[in-house]
Formats: sequence, C-alpha cells, structure tokens
Amino acid sequence: MQKLNELALEKAKTLLANGTVARVLGWKKGELGYDLEPAVFYSESDLEGFIYNAFSGANLSKYLIEESKKEGKVLVFLKPCDSYSFNQLVKEHRIVKENVYTVGIECQGKLDVKKLKEKGIEIVDGVIENVDDVTVISLGKEYNFVKEEVLLGKCSVCEKHLLSYDEVISLHDKRTPKLDRFEIVKKLEAMTADERYAFWKGELSKCIRCNACRNVCPACNCLKCVFDNDASGIASKANSDSFEEKLFHIIRAFHVAGRCTDCGECSRVCPQAIPLHLLNRKFISDINRLYGEFQAGEDDVTKGPLTAYTTGDAEPSEVFGGNK
Amino acid sequence: MQEIKKDYKPLIVAFCCNWCSYAGADLAGSSRLSYPAEVKIIRVPCSCRVNPTFILKAFQRGADGVIICGCHPGDCHYTSGNYFARRRMSLLFSMLDYLGIERERTRVEWVSAAEGAKFSAVMNDFAKTVTELGENKRLEDLRCKN
Repeated sequence: MQKLNELALEKAKTLLANGTVARVLGWKKGELGYDLEPAVFYSESDLEGFIYNAFSGANLSKYLIEESKKEGKVLVFLKPCDSYSFNQLVKEHRIVKENVYTVGIECQGKLDVKKLKEKGIEIVDGVIENVDDVTVISLGKEYNFVKEEVLLGKCSVCEKHLLSYDEVISLHDKRTPKLDRFEIVKKLEAMTADERYAFWKGELSKCIRCNACRNVCPACNCLKCVFDNDASGIASKANSDSFEEKLFHIIRAFHVAGRCTDCGECSRVCPQAIPLHLLNRKFISDINRLYGEFQAGEDDVTKGPLTAYTTGDAEPSEVFGGNK
Repeated sequence: MQEIKKDYKPLIVAFCCNWCSYAGADLAGSSRLSYPAEVKIIRVPCSCRVNPTFILKAFQRGADGVIICGCHPGDCHYTSGNYFARRRMSLLFSMLDYLGIERERTRVEWVSAAEGAKFSAVMNDFAKTVTELGENKRLEDLRCKN
C-alpha cells in the first residue's frame, strides 16, 4: 500500500515537469502523523510535503470549484468516493472539467482518528496498510488492527468504485464491505417516534454550530448559503434550549437531498462526533424506496430525483414506510 | 403526551396555491362554510413555491401545524409544479418523522377551486388533529418566542 504513495508522487512530479498540469491538489503531511490536510502543490520542491496514506480521508473534489477556475490545469487525486462528488459537481456546472486532470487512486478505506484515540493512540509515527488489516506505529510500538475496528464509518460500508478518471493508480482489488450502509437507518426506523426523538435530541444537542459539516460538504456549494443570513433573527443569539440546532440539521440535510453522494465527510469532520450521515442516508434510502434506486454522482448527466417526477409518485401521507 | 389546556387553540399555517386552494378557500367563504380562525392562510403562486424551509420557519416561529394545499396532481396551473412539491414534501415529512416529530403536524392536501366544501372539511379536521396533539414542543425554537 506504501507503493501507492510513491506512484502518486511520481505521477505528480512527471505531470508537473512535462507541463501537463500547473499544480497538484493532494494531501499534505501534518504535524501529528494523522492530521493530513488538503493542499495545492506548485513545484517539485513543494511536493516534499505530499503524502497519500491511510489518513488521506479528506474529499478533494470540493476544492476543485476554486482550483479548476484558475489558469492552467490542475491534477487531482480522487479516491472512489471523491470521484462521485467530482461527477456531481461537474453535473452542477461547478467544476470546469476541461481544466482538471483526474487520477483515480486505490483506496481500501481510511482510518478514523477518533477511533484510534479511543484505543489510546495519540501520536502516529507511521502506518502500514494492507487490504484487510492495518498496523499503526505509535511511540515505537506497533498496534495491529482489523480494518473494521478503526475505519471511518463511511469506509466500513463503502461500495463505491472509481468513476471518471484520466488515469488510474491501483494495485489491488477493492475490499468488499462487510456491513450494510442502511443498517442503522433501518434500526432507527423500527423504533417508536418517542425513541427516535430521544435519540436525535441526544445526538443533535451536542452540536456547537461550528458549520464544519456544511463547509466540508461537496454538495454544499452555494455561493451564498442560507445559513449565513444575519436577518434570520437567531444568528447572534445563544441557544436557549440544547436542541435548537435541529432545524439547522434538517435544512442542511434537505438541501443536499438527491445530490448527496454519501461521501460521509460531514460525520468525519464533526468535532462532536454526531452521526450526521444518518440524516443524509435517510433521504437516500427514502429516494431509493419511493423513486427508484439512485446514486448521486454515478454519472454527470442523469437528472436528480428532486428535479424529476412521475405522475404516480407516492402521496406525502403514505411515505412513512414501516415506521411506527 | 403533554397535557392540553382546556382553552388551547393551535396556530395553523396553511400554504394555499393561488389557482386552486386559495380559490377553494374563497368558495368556502362565499358558500358560508366555516373553517377555524386559527388557520392562517398564506397565498403562494404554486404549491411548489413552498420551500421546505418555509415550513420549518413556521414551526420555528410558533406554528403548531402546517398544511400545504395545491391543485390536484395533473391540474397544476404551471403543468407540473405540484408533482415537484409532492416529492419534496414526501421527503421532508418522512425526515421529520425520522426525527420523532409527530407526523400529524404536517399535511399535504389537494383542493381544487371548486372544492369549497372540501377545503372547509380539511381545515376543520386538521385543526382538530392539531388541537389534540397540543402545542408543538418538538420543533419549537425558544430564541424566536417572545
């Protein structure tokens, strides 16, 4: 798996050197070994900071909105989930596709820093990744984990494959997920309304309205966001009830309904560990159930389910499925 | 279940499409059919003008129930507006239900301009349902209350 980093770096250097691209969008080493961040590299010396490893969870496609509008081509590395977001953004005319050189890159799931910290790993010196297990080196000790224990939630159920790329860097077949991505949604649906309310009140009252979920979401790409509205009357007021950010979360999830590719970035970046993807997945599961299977970002032309209709659609009074 | 005060009157917001339901409300009035005074009608050009945030905003500002009325499917003045509205509302209502919010607080009804009697019946029934549910506690926003 370490070979992927070398291959990606080599690819970036070659394409920069021969002038195919003017800059590279990738991941940069952080201070602590696990805090990789998206970065743009302009030269071979810049690329010393480049790294692709088991912590490269960040979805790069949203950064292309800005980067693809600048002069010259940009090289971007897309993991399978990123390639869906990329397609969706191309469909929404937010990325200038001609200015992007896409390299699909193999991904066997990325690690969840929160889960590692729960296991007592605070500092990461290195990581050795295999398809089904991973070894994290921390302060001279080696810790071996089965992937399921430490993967990001989005990765443990990922069924995505690489779409839309000019070139591809891949050495192994993608691992198959052992979990069903709608499992928790189904579990929640089977609860009573009061239990569901209690669950969500517990989760959403942790929200500190940092807006990280909105800022990172590739589908949240409006130039002017509805939440940046000073006239809303609540912008400068502290919550008087711990559950008042629920409306924010309903609106956030609704605004990306039918366009959310289920890339799971919202949950990954949430500092309060709120399972925000469960809201998005509810919309996805409803759309699949009511309007036919749909995966946003699968291509860059098909109409989304909320911009289409059929005359025989279900009535709003009969959409609750098996919910109590 | 919360206790409901004896003289409790709910606040209901009804979004009515200009071409069918608003005219239906008019017909109810001119036919001397009553509907509850708690129902506050907001006229919209089409049911698909109703952004889901309008509904949430109404709840945030203290509504106890929100009903959206539009032309019957197939009869939209703009050909297809209500079909889009139907999908949006279906997903929104399902989401509210998923969060444990009483599903009876929101409703979509198709009322034509000729259905004054239906308009009155729908509003009476909806007001009764919401009165039984009591105050909207699960979707309120205390920052917006006086």
